[in-house]
Amino acid sequence: MSANERSDMSPPVVRVYTPESPLRQPVGMLRGMLADLLASRELAWRLALRDLRAQYRQAALGLLWALFLPLANTAVWLFVQGSGIVAIRDTGLPYPVFVLSGTLLWSIFMDAFNAPLQQSNAARPMLARINFPREAILLSGLIQVLLNAAVKVAVLAAALLFLGVVPDWQAAFIPLALLGLVLAGTALGLLVTPVGMLYTDIGRAAAVAMQFLMFLTPVVYPAPTSGWAAELFRLNPLAPLIQILRDLLTGVPPGDLGAFLSVCGAMAVLLCLAWTAYRAAMPILIERMSA
Amino acid sequence: MTDTLVQVENVSKKFCRGLRRSLWYGMRDLSSELAGSGNAGHAALRPDEFWAVKDVGFALRRGECLGLIGHNGAGKTTLLRMLNGLIRPDCGRIEVRGRVGALIALGAGFSPVLTGRENIYVNAAVMGLGRRKVDARIDEIIEFAEIGEFIDMPVQNYSSGMSVRLGFSVAAVLIEPDVLFLDEVLSVGDIGFTVKCLNRLRQLAQRSAVILVSHNMQHVSSFCTRVMVLEKGAITLDTEDAALAIDRYFDLVRHERQVSGTGAAQVLDLTLQAGAAPLAGTAPIPRGTPVGASLELEVGAGCPAAEVLLYIHDEAMAPLVCFPVQDAAGRSLLLPPGRHRLDIPLGPLELNSGKYSFVAVVRDPDTHTAFARVQGLHPFRVFSDATYWGRIVRPAPTTHEP
Repeated sequence: MSANERSDMSPPVVRVYTPESPLRQPVGMLRGMLADLLASRELAWRLALRDLRAQYRQAALGLLWALFLPLANTAVWLFVQGSGIVAIRDTGLPYPVFVLSGTLLWSIFMDAFNAPLQQSNAARPMLARINFPREAILLSGLIQVLLNAAVKVAVLAAALLFLGVVPDWQAAFIPLALLGLVLAGTALGLLVTPVGMLYTDIGRAAAVAMQFLMFLTPVVYPAPTSGWAAELFRLNPLAPLIQILRDLLTGVPPGDLGAFLSVCGAMAVLLCLAWTAYRAAMPILIERMSA
Repeated sequence: MTDTLVQVENVSKKFCRGLRRSLWYGMRDLSSELAGSGNAGHAALRPDEFWAVKDVGFALRRGECLGLIGHNGAGKTTLLRMLNGLIRPDCGRIEVRGRVGALIALGAGFSPVLTGRENIYVNAAVMGLGRRKVDARIDEIIEFAEIGEFIDMPVQNYSSGMSVRLGFSVAAVLIEPDVLFLDEVLSVGDIGFTVKCLNRLRQLAQRSAVILVSHNMQHVSSFCTRVMVLEKGAITLDTEDAALAIDRYFDLVRHERQVSGTGAAQVLDLTLQAGAAPLAGTAPIPRGTPVGASLELEVGAGCPAAEVLLYIHDEAMAPLVCFPVQDAAGRSLLLPPGRHRLDIPLGPLELNSGKYSFVAVVRDPDTHTAFARVQGLHPFRVFSDATYWGRIVRPAPTTHEP
């Protein structure tokens, strides 16, 4: 049942537009956010379906493209390590298992990080002309990220089986940990979206920053155990997310659960703040777009 | 039902001319917004800014259809975007009651790769309409759009007319708004489809409050119960007499005078006679009035002979009427070198209401080389109570026996 059908029976909606910031009325704003989130479900699903269909109808290799980049990355690192150009410390796992799981998980995080800005920019013509719940854009991006993530994890699991890694009962927690990873990506991505929609510099700078962040996360090599680099790894909130997921996937007893949970909690708070900012910023951003 | 559905009070909105500055102001607005102070803090103009909409106020009731007219950059679309809640006013207050329908971006969310049928669902979802509503009426939409068997073809293979028809049909069939915004949507498709759209909109308009933005005065004249003229963001006329507003709109059209040709002849002056008297000032000429032109020109000594043509152009500088100047025997009137004054009868002015101007051409009768061509001469307006679809309007009194 869509929101529209229900509103047939309810008293007429009154919309008031003033220069005042909606942040001045937090209760009203929160109510609006939740109502729009509910109302945007159908639209989000439609938009996600539209994008996925369009994407795969026009690409002969379809889903394979989602895997292409992480697999290429894996190949590069296998070469780098195998040829002895770079010596990588023992990971506790066979190196192919370590690097494949790392790059695939990182690509899921990057998908989630890129989605809010990408989706919002792609929807510019719609945003500039039509009043629809803006949450639909974000939700649609999230649906696509989750679907892609499911495919990637399935492929990863199959590849790990092939490499001789058999997951145990703790694999049941993978979806939950995956949600944590996507939550972090979405929260960080959404945070830079408002400014990123104004200045394209943000998108580029973020891409570079993420490249650096990857090397501060145990993606292609394990965290160093001592020195200032180890300190940086400890401060990186993404490290526990990737590490826990890899542990779950490979049947290693999970490491620091407390760190994982506190990062998830912080990211959830950050997501709410970023969502509020996104919503408040939208009329200002649309003003600077051409109609 | 005479309830007020749209209430606009002293609404203003500023815009910035330069892109770099505009983005920077956007950045500053963003930070003050997130600090919670909103747009209220800076109601004054910053450098490079101007009022796109200034101090606009009106109220609109159910059953009313308001036409917003004005030239490009007058603020019509900005006002509509504020009413639609896309951007917030810098000053003032807007209240909109009931369900809002907007036919502004037709076919919003269309993906070129998907079929027409799939796109109907996407488009409907953007307008907040669920799958079940579409399922129930999809045949009606396809029929309205006159798409037929092409409905299962990707939209990228549609002609532009087809995709616009489909976009319009989704909205026109599905929405049941209390408040309806229309921005230039009727100027698309062929005339048969436009008439169908107008009829559908008339149906919708009966039970809603409509705001129509258009440059097409026929639509405004036939559709609106009230018209506002916007000039530089401000309302300069708000009237229920559409003819008056349309005349005002045409009054704002500028016809630039432009001289070309070899310079071997010169057009010195053109005056108009409306009815029996010379045309006074900028008063409009009622349609049907007999008019005459008095043209003064000088043919240079280098020209053995010159012929004269007078044209009437519309506001888009498209030629509408040509008056080849002839002698009593019906041959082209040949002028020898020297100064001439020609009194040219133009007959009853049968033009649709609008703004027009003359073009005078003095040319070589054999080679048609233009000695002088002056466009934008003596702009004038034609006034009539009704604006019709034709460029030329000639009422036809007809005897009728039952």
